[in-house]
Amino acid sequence: MTPTEAAAAVPAADIWGQLFVFVLATFIGLGVIRRVSRLLHTPLMSITNAISAIAVVGSIIVTGADYPPEIRLLGGIALFASMTNIVSGFLITDRMLKMFKTDTKPGAGGRP
Amino acid sequence: MSHGLVQLAYIIATGLFVFALHWMNAPATARNGVYAGVAGMALAIAATWAEPEVIHHGWIVLALLAGVAVGVPLSMVPLTAVPQRTALSHAFGGLAAGLVGTAKYYLWLGEGPENLTAFRMIAIIVEIILGFLTFTGSLLAAGKLQEVKWIPQRPVTYPLQNVTNLGLFGVAAVAGVALVLHPTAAWAPSVFPVIIGMSLLFGVLLIIPIGGADMPTVIAILNAYAGLSAVAMGFVLDNKLLITAGALDGSSGLILAVIMCKAMNRSFANVLFGAFGQVQPAKALGEGKEYKAESIEGAAQVLEQANLVVIVPGYGMAVAQAQHKVRELYDQLKKRGITVKFAIHPVAGRMPGHMNVLLAEADIPYTDLVEMDEINPDMPQVDVALVVGANDVVNPAARTEKTSPIYGMPIIDADRARTVFAIKRSKNPGFAGIDNELYFSDKTWMLFGDAKNVIGELVKQLSGGSGMH
Repeated sequence: MTPTEAAAAVPAADIWGQLFVFVLATFIGLGVIRRVSRLLHTPLMSITNAISAIAVVGSIIVTGADYPPEIRLLGGIALFASMTNIVSGFLITDRMLKMFKTDTKPGAGGRP
Repeated sequence: MSHGLVQLAYIIATGLFVFALHWMNAPATARNGVYAGVAGMALAIAATWAEPEVIHHGWIVLALLAGVAVGVPLSMVPLTAVPQRTALSHAFGGLAAGLVGTAKYYLWLGEGPENLTAFRMIAIIVEIILGFLTFTGSLLAAGKLQEVKWIPQRPVTYPLQNVTNLGLFGVAAVAGVALVLHPTAAWAPSVFPVIIGMSLLFGVLLIIPIGGADMPTVIAILNAYAGLSAVAMGFVLDNKLLITAGALDGSSGLILAVIMCKAMNRSFANVLFGAFGQVQPAKALGEGKEYKAESIEGAAQVLEQANLVVIVPGYGMAVAQAQHKVRELYDQLKKRGITVKFAIHPVAGRMPGHMNVLLAEADIPYTDLVEMDEINPDMPQVDVALVVGANDVVNPAARTEKTSPIYGMPIIDADRARTVFAIKRSKNPGFAGIDNELYFSDKTWMLFGDAKNVIGELVKQLSGGSGMH
């Protein structure tokens, strides 16, 4: 691809390709999530929180590219917000999942 | 890093995210899901950071460190505060989407107006509307859940509320369409902030009329919005990883919202625009009827003689932090060979699955946590149903009382058990403001008091009794 072709390709982003990916990903999401145990709906919500913080990807570009500082500042705030979600989302999910046990070990918690 | 390598990393990250959610289908594999998610995210961050267009690194490091500094304490909140934390993280997700959309618009307006195609503009408008309304809406929801003093807990309604909201949304939509048609017009840079302002306001107005009982549904809907705003960001940036991960989050929020709505027999529209929590003035069921109170000693004796006890937990258990005392009661009954199960209503608590997490925290094996649909057929064989801080989810009016606002909602059939004990802090109606005829039933005995204290007393009675044998 020559540079001129690449430049021409920017405005004509692959709209149909994107919509295609969106629709397929939604179907996969519906299929996978429907099977999630009802016991785990709270951890499910916190792990999807962390995953949707994938906005981090867009934020890194906006923060780190050669853009005007005020634009990069907006990116930096977005990056901070996304990173907060990633860290707290995955950590709290793991913390909750650790608590789900089939059997009670003698002496494990719960007693004064 | 070359474009191809970055895309490859994104494809692997997408696969890891799908597996992360897939492994959530059973508690035994769920922790693998977290590892897969972390791996996918680390890969995505590393690949993006290595993109050639990323040349300034200072602010990135700073923002990532700040994110870790705030994220770690946020992950250590008590489990009763998980609904607030979740709402707060939806707010952060919405904010990130809104800010990136705003940054991209002004960037392209200054340095490459040819990038502002109609499709991109639609995506940007959707991104900022969803992002900013999720931001304020979720902040307000978090405030309500945290019971921040200056935020009203009860639903706030006023005349023409829905008309006002829709009108406001209409104005934002018209401004959005104008921007899509003329993204680079002289007035465009000043109309853009108007849409942001409208979205911020709309988020507040959307959540103000929502009461505590509707929070599980609303949190799920906000979850879907946060996901969809990430999808819109993917369209804006032409980034398929954002689209896939956002779509996974969006479909998760959608499914949870549908489950919550079904569990309340209501529609989305009704949850969002119905202002559920108003006390129905027409119904005064308590009149002429008396609660029958039972003593701790009496209740302990009945419990001791039971074969099958079902505990129905509700939000009141979370408020009273009673889950650990409930665990002690569970131990005492188990020790006597009594079968103890927990009946979990999908909307018990303030977010989907809230009760399961609290009981798991108290070390109750998840095999004893039974879903409503599975336990209801067994309820007539249950000797004692112990209702701990639940109200609307055991209200038989949902089956019989056509005028009741909860009519048609599936409930846990506590009233079909042989004996019912209900722990209740006061004689006030529940969060939905509806009287509960279960409490006036012939076989129901009330244990008035704070759930934690009452159960603590029961445990003391039971352990004292067994000590003397």
